[in-house]
Amino acid sequence: MKFLKLSAGAMALTAGLSGHAWAQTALTMWYHGAGNEVESQIINQIVSDFNASQSDWSVTLESFPQGAYNDSVVAGALAGSLPDILDVDGPVMPNWAWSGYMQPLQIDESVIANFLPGPKGYWDGKLYSIGLWDAAVALVTRQSYLDELGLRTPTLDQPWNAEEFQAALDAAKNSGKFDYALDLGTAWTGEWYPYAFSPFLQSFGGDIVDRSTYLTAEGALNGEAAMTFGHWWQDLFANGYAPATQDGADRDTGFANGKYAFSWNGNWAALGALSTFDDTVFLPAPDLGNGPKIGAASWQFGVSASSEHPDGASAFIQFALQDKYLADFSNGIGLIPATAAAAAMTENYKDGGPMAMFFGLTEAQALVRPVTPGYVVEAKVFEKALADIANGANVEDTLDAAVDEINADIERNGGYGH
Amino acid sequence: MASKLTQSNRAGWLFALPGFGLMVVFIILPFFFAISLSFTNQRLISPNPTEWVGLANYRQLLGMGMITLDAVTDESGQIVRDDTGAPTYPRLREYTRNNPDYPHLDGMKQWFSFGRGGEARTFVLARDLVFLTAVKNTVVFVLVVAPVQGGLALVLALLINQKLRGINIYRTIYFMPVVVSIVVVSLLWRFIYDGNNGLLNNILDFLSFGYFEPVNWLGNPKTAFGSIIGMSIWQAVGFHMVIWLSGLQTISPTLYEAAEIEGSSKWQTFRYVTWPGLRNTAILVLIVITMQAFGLFAQIDVMTNGGPLDSTQTIVFQAVERGYGKQDISGGSAISVLLFLIVLSISLFQRWLTRERT
Repeated sequence: MKFLKLSAGAMALTAGLSGHAWAQTALTMWYHGAGNEVESQIINQIVSDFNASQSDWSVTLESFPQGAYNDSVVAGALAGSLPDILDVDGPVMPNWAWSGYMQPLQIDESVIANFLPGPKGYWDGKLYSIGLWDAAVALVTRQSYLDELGLRTPTLDQPWNAEEFQAALDAAKNSGKFDYALDLGTAWTGEWYPYAFSPFLQSFGGDIVDRSTYLTAEGALNGEAAMTFGHWWQDLFANGYAPATQDGADRDTGFANGKYAFSWNGNWAALGALSTFDDTVFLPAPDLGNGPKIGAASWQFGVSASSEHPDGASAFIQFALQDKYLADFSNGIGLIPATAAAAAMTENYKDGGPMAMFFGLTEAQALVRPVTPGYVVEAKVFEKALADIANGANVEDTLDAAVDEINADIERNGGYGH
Repeated sequence: MASKLTQSNRAGWLFALPGFGLMVVFIILPFFFAISLSFTNQRLISPNPTEWVGLANYRQLLGMGMITLDAVTDESGQIVRDDTGAPTYPRLREYTRNNPDYPHLDGMKQWFSFGRGGEARTFVLARDLVFLTAVKNTVVFVLVVAPVQGGLALVLALLINQKLRGINIYRTIYFMPVVVSIVVVSLLWRFIYDGNNGLLNNILDFLSFGYFEPVNWLGNPKTAFGSIIGMSIWQAVGFHMVIWLSGLQTISPTLYEAAEIEGSSKWQTFRYVTWPGLRNTAILVLIVITMQAFGLFAQIDVMTNGGPLDSTQTIVFQAVERGYGKQDISGGSAISVLLFLIVLSISLFQRWLTRERT
């Protein structure tokens, strides 16, 4: 009897609730940030603001831990149960778009005219994804180190060239003050390798794949420039400038403990570095011959191909692109806001803010990773090649083998639609 | 026999259905899927239609070639030697990359080389060097782990098969690593093997009064695989110890009493009473260890990812890395099928070796 009453009450309650929601069409959304409280708070705020701001759509959010997110999307796509709105890591987007998981956004170009280039995800000439933020990498060091070692402070207009960078490493090594001159973060296996290290290759004039056709890596990854890069990369470790295998703990605390003179690290670690040493400075990437380069593109929002309401999904994404939300994400978790106006609203990236350097870096040096569905495989091949070379493998053979593997993969996939 | 299984046994089949159904869906069906996918170019995600490619995946994995090269000579016909006095050879790259005279070697890499007297040298090339390295590593792993783990487990079983006060504490301690998830164990051993201040380096440093040079156990190609073999033996030894123990306890005490009365030594008792009584247990332990060892994956995935320099690549790790990481389901399936054939033939061979001789 009691049970009956309870369930009757529950039914009445749900009827009342859904009666309210009938006016709004339900949209679902997946997000990769589960487990990060601040991030969840911000995204939840955007969702509830959007739901309250209009009466057509009602977004419900489901969060996944980042490590399991891509697997969940692939599994969801194979099972045909993708949500309306997805978030996607920038370099992975072309793969999902090509596979038919995503559809172009219905957002006017004028809305994103002021955005940095990195957060805009284009594939096949159409905008498939758009990010509220970007990420950037810089050479972290201390002004006192630069002064002690007698080094010029490089600027965005005048970054170090290859000789100056080498001289800086030599000075740091010969000073005997540090375990290693340079901390590259080799402990961070995975996407860090192509994200952080392929810009060095591009600065030498090579690339992971030939971007004019995206049909071969021959000449790009094993051409003369790439071979020069490979030997330079190997010598960094062979000559004791940087550790080839690194402890995860050393990556996190090594610079703070004074083990390294320079640390190649992202904006997400910048606040920590600033609070450790008040004379922390962020230097731009060196120009190794073909201009200074750093990676671009972080997580972005897109619409799944199976969505029945792409207009509603795009409306939500456009709503989220407001400067105040860009600034919220930046203040909350240290990301680089995608527009200058939003940057001006943040504590760290406003003019004269402690991390304003990163905003300039993204504007001046950022280069997106190869925009191709094959990137997912190419990134893995590139990572293995770099790890092997760092551990002493023959440079020519390793890069040749990487090219062979990338080319075979492109061929097996019928050119990935290029 | 067939009639007994099929007739008037509906309830039995009904009870078996849940378990049996799960096995069909998650083991038997995927098994046949893998075989058929390995003959196609199926991708994990792709808009392209799946095509039948015959044996192409297997040719890619197992393709090998050979080339004999003469040593490099200078203008006067003298052999050019390197600093150690060994003759030098032309770069293989000249032959294996875009050389129209050697199309069958295109894209191959050097596996190993040998001289056959004189200064010419034969180079054995492989199309997929990483896979062959994985096969070699896995075979080494099995050859080391099967006898060492089995033997160690037997010694432990003999030690704890005594009526002593508190023996259960020892049984628990030895069995504990088996209960803990292999992922957790691997993470812990990553700390133990740490190159800077890992437990192992600290202990060795203490025992050698500071003369021991710290080793980066997992970061050095020479020590990485040995380190993984060591922790793998330790982790699963308790499981096989329990199987040995159950075998030991099926041996009738009267046999031991008789042996004692006959005045047999400890070794004779083991050799003529214990060991014959453990025959079937030994076969079981050997086959189980062999099959588990071929499946080496979690330790690699957590501790080394196959590196450094491919020194810890294994067959299953490669299957997952390709099928899932590189989205090449057909290539991963082909590796699984090859692994199945290897394990099947070894198990049959072991059965034949340990067959009942009449």
